[in-house]
Amino acid sequence: MSFHGIAVVWEQRELMLNGLVTTLLIAAVSAVLAALLGVAIFTMLISRVRGVPQAFSAVIDLMRCLPFMLFCYMIYYALPVFGITIENIAAGVLALTLYNACYIAELLRGAFQALPRENVEAAHAFGFHGWRLVVRIILPPVVLASVPMLGNQVVQIIKDSAFLVIIAVQELTYAANEIQATYYVPFASFVCAVLLYWSLCLVVESGVRAVVRVAELRR
Amino acid sequence: MGVGDLLSLIEGAGVTIAISLLAIAIGTPLGLGLALIRWAGVRGLDPLVAAAVSILRATPSVTLVLLVYYALPTVGWDIPRFGAAVATLSLGSMAYNCEIWRGALLAFPKDQLDAALAFGMSRRLRFSLILLPQIARAALPALVNEMTLLIKVSPAVAVIGVVETTRAAVRIGARTYSPILPFLVALVIYMIVIGGFVMAQRALERRPQVAVYA
Repeated sequence: MSFHGIAVVWEQRELMLNGLVTTLLIAAVSAVLAALLGVAIFTMLISRVRGVPQAFSAVIDLMRCLPFMLFCYMIYYALPVFGITIENIAAGVLALTLYNACYIAELLRGAFQALPRENVEAAHAFGFHGWRLVVRIILPPVVLASVPMLGNQVVQIIKDSAFLVIIAVQELTYAANEIQATYYVPFASFVCAVLLYWSLCLVVESGVRAVVRVAELRR
Repeated sequence: MGVGDLLSLIEGAGVTIAISLLAIAIGTPLGLGLALIRWAGVRGLDPLVAAAVSILRATPSVTLVLLVYYALPTVGWDIPRFGAAVATLSLGSMAYNCEIWRGALLAFPKDQLDAALAFGMSRRLRFSLILLPQIARAALPALVNEMTLLIKVSPAVAVIGVVETTRAAVRIGARTYSPILPFLVALVIYMIVIGGFVMAQRALERRPQVAVYA
């Protein structure tokens, strides 16, 4: 990596930072939406209505065999066939949300199965059911127990967001590739992007550690 | 979508399987090597390995493959597309496998190695007869899981023009203006490949449990 390369990337820092901000926004919005949808799917997975958990399990198993990039292409190219047209960024957020919601639902179920059931049974006895049972009794310990895995999933969302370069979303990897292609400084621009991704992930990891510490204290 | 298209998808599947298997064959032992360096706490190398693994684990494969393919020629190393694809996936696999191997090593009871030492076993024998068989067994489920993740990120190499399953499907869709069928065929291909790994993993998990560190 020459000084020339670093100088060029520094001159183009605005482009790189715009890419970083786009990556951040897309990842943050997708993470929140995926978490909400993931919780909804999780409640379907533990539903006692016959056939419902099986149906959602089948969808999740299918999603777990599907590479994110192929799913992204499906959303972007196949939806217009059905007359639905959406913008690149919206397609990217939609793909990230649907894909990761399935993984989040699955990891919540894993945490739920590992926890003791007594509190749920007690809540039943006290007349809790439906929505209030899920939100007030079932979810809090499940979410607390899965904080580290949820953090991993956020890192996964950040990494998956780089795939959106293929549908021309102008995120961090797109920006690095633009700078690389225009000024021919591949080493400096991509290493810069890698370091930015790394710092994003370190921030998420330290956030997870902080939450876990608070959770331990409050137990 | 004609017979020719189907053949090109199958060819893409062959490329997906080839790059994945090569990356697994390269990344798994390299990951073990890095894990041993960290486990032994080799001075000077240990923090370097830790940093490299942390960076690689945070790097999207798309970004990494672009870096490998475009940056290596600037330092005088012209790497073909296929080589860049295998190198990228191997690096990722190495980083993730390092953590898996390290977990197995940290859980390994040291007194077994002390006993082997007391019997006068050489370092090499201790590794190949005592340590490796047991940590391989403990790490296997996680390693297989990591292999399925590797197959799922393998389409990333399409950005440098390697025609694997996903890119083959996109090409057919772009040419015929009917993307749905090729995408579905690609999905079936991934289900077969990844499903094969998942099934193997489940079969291994269902086997009667043998106490690993007894």
